[in-house]
Amino acid sequence: MKVVLQNLTKIFPSRNKKAGGEVVAVNDFTFEIPDGKLVGLLGPSGCGKSTTLYMISGLQKPTGGKIFFGEDDVTELSAENRGVGLVFQNYALYPHMTVKQNILFPLENLRGEDRLTKEEMLERAIYAAKLVQIDDLMERKPSELSGGQQQRVAIARALVKMPRVLLLDEPLSNLDARLRLQTREEIRRIQKETGITTIFVTHDQEEAMSISDMIVVMKLGVVQQIGKPQEVYDNPTNLFVAKFLGTPPINVFDGEVKDGKLYIGGAAVLDVPGADDQEVVVGIRPEGFVLDENGPLVCNLKNVEVMGRDVSIVSGHDSSLSPIVRSIIDADNKVAVGTETVSFTLKSHKVFIFNKETEERIYFEV
Amino acid sequence: MSVSKLTLKRDRFEAKTKQFRTKIKFDQWKGWVYLAPCIALLLVFTGWPIVNTLAMAFQNGYDTMEWISGIDFTIGIDNFLKVISYSGFKDCLFNTILLCVITVPISTILALLIAVCLNSIKFLSRFLQTIYFLPYVTNSIAIGMVFAAMFNMVGTAFGGQNELIQSAGIINNILGIFGVEPINWINEGSGYWENIFVMSFYIIWNALPFKILILLGGLQSVNKQYYDAAKIDSTPKWRVFTKITVPLLSPMIAYVVITGFIGGFKEYSSIVGIFGDDMGPTGDPRRLNTMVGYIYNFIDERQGQASAAALILFGIIFIVTMINLYVSKKKTHF
Repeated sequence: MKVVLQNLTKIFPSRNKKAGGEVVAVNDFTFEIPDGKLVGLLGPSGCGKSTTLYMISGLQKPTGGKIFFGEDDVTELSAENRGVGLVFQNYALYPHMTVKQNILFPLENLRGEDRLTKEEMLERAIYAAKLVQIDDLMERKPSELSGGQQQRVAIARALVKMPRVLLLDEPLSNLDARLRLQTREEIRRIQKETGITTIFVTHDQEEAMSISDMIVVMKLGVVQQIGKPQEVYDNPTNLFVAKFLGTPPINVFDGEVKDGKLYIGGAAVLDVPGADDQEVVVGIRPEGFVLDENGPLVCNLKNVEVMGRDVSIVSGHDSSLSPIVRSIIDADNKVAVGTETVSFTLKSHKVFIFNKETEERIYFEV
Repeated sequence: MSVSKLTLKRDRFEAKTKQFRTKIKFDQWKGWVYLAPCIALLLVFTGWPIVNTLAMAFQNGYDTMEWISGIDFTIGIDNFLKVISYSGFKDCLFNTILLCVITVPISTILALLIAVCLNSIKFLSRFLQTIYFLPYVTNSIAIGMVFAAMFNMVGTAFGGQNELIQSAGIINNILGIFGVEPINWINEGSGYWENIFVMSFYIIWNALPFKILILLGGLQSVNKQYYDAAKIDSTPKWRVFTKITVPLLSPMIAYVVITGFIGGFKEYSSIVGIFGDDMGPTGDPRRLNTMVGYIYNFIDERQGQASAAALILFGIIFIVTMINLYVSKKKTHF
């Protein structure tokens, strides 16, 4: 089931009428989610990603725009009739029911033709429980489960009625780091197995990048970029997206383009044919640095962190917009100990330049 | 670390604990002072009467010989036997239990429905919350008199030129619209079950505000996400109520039922409000007498038996509450 959002807009009226200031939570969001894909809505808190999710679920009504499931316009349909599965951030498992009762609950609500017999219901519930590997916990109450187990129960409850669309609201935020890694793989596996179009919300870019087929980066209600995770990472359309994706984060410098060359702190660090002369903001991915004794970018060496496979060089530069410049290079390269400075050349496809005012990407020929 | 340093450390530690101890002692002392007036009043008006009730109830022949000073009573259960064998006592017990059994479940269910409705209304919610709370702050005798007037079969009013005319109470007037003959609810010659109906009606109405208050408070503390989850799972409204609201409210419901039974067993002033202290319609006094009414009837002349009756009532309430607690522990979830 593909999901189409057409000019979707949500405006929250201001609480204090005199003070004014309504909040545009989601602004003119248009996007088609292909059938059977896993899509991550990504952005800092307050960017409207959860509001978008709740509008798709039907719990919130859009102020403008339309939502389609396949060819059906579901904009006016209430949450009860949309047939979506939603996993809440805090799971919202019914505390007075056992795991089994929780999973059975959506099935028991079915009426008319869709109504299953008791045996069929149980079969489906056990199937869903097996899918998320909690079939041995069926008689427990939610309070007797760990966070990760509760999470699985919530997913099973959302899946058991075979929803048209599965929605996950910050599904991993309540789990510890280890469980988070494991669970996100689980979500990926379950989504692949069931083939249900899945949309999930997260503020953790790593989470979104690692399991999504597509990501949507949002900021203050406006969609910044949509695409495959690697494409968005390799080709950000503006400074916000470049900064938001990637750990360690991108290094940002003040710079200038003159005569087809990019200058940082007076040194010409890279040829940027096709870019007009202007002051720019330069973003360099940590993996975009190459150690070179005669390299044009000279930084003050602060620290070298060896992390097995890689070496992380922490340095400083006067033009850098943050106090440290972090670069990651192969552990094969030896950094001379005791030196004050370290020099780099840059990989041109890991360097992005942005307009200083609009922060939009300025493209150059690589 | 040298020995002297260690001693120094120990001394310092001891000094600190000493300081701490005196602080506790002082705080305790202060606490007792603050509580003293309250404790004194409780001892005089609650503690001593309870001790005295126990003593009187177990002294055989207390009622007849109380005025003789210096007499040593034998300890026994004569008072209890007299209370139980007294014919009016069984009626009192029956009336009390009957009113409890009728009013507690009905008022709890009504309160639950009203609380759920009130919780879903945004418009005028403050206004409505004030209205439903009015019965709680109104004197029960005054309410009883109003109810008595409402259920009157023939009331009296002055017409033109001070001519005495007869008019029925509002309930009979309303019934009259539907062609029902006036019913003798509470007047002379009225039937027992009509009396019980009026009493139940009044007690339920009077019990609602407190129950609504508790249940509404419970409803407002229920996490809204459960209802969102239920919506997503296309749960029908009635199932949301029975499968989610009621179970999540079960601790409050248990509380309301337990306090309802305790209050119900102490029913007294509501009956005085409607029937006067005869505790029954004119011509049949004490027909609707309750346990507490029974105790009050005897309190002047037969204090020993009144005390025994009070202890019996205490025993009943205690047992019922224990049963309630046992059941609610099995049925509630938190």
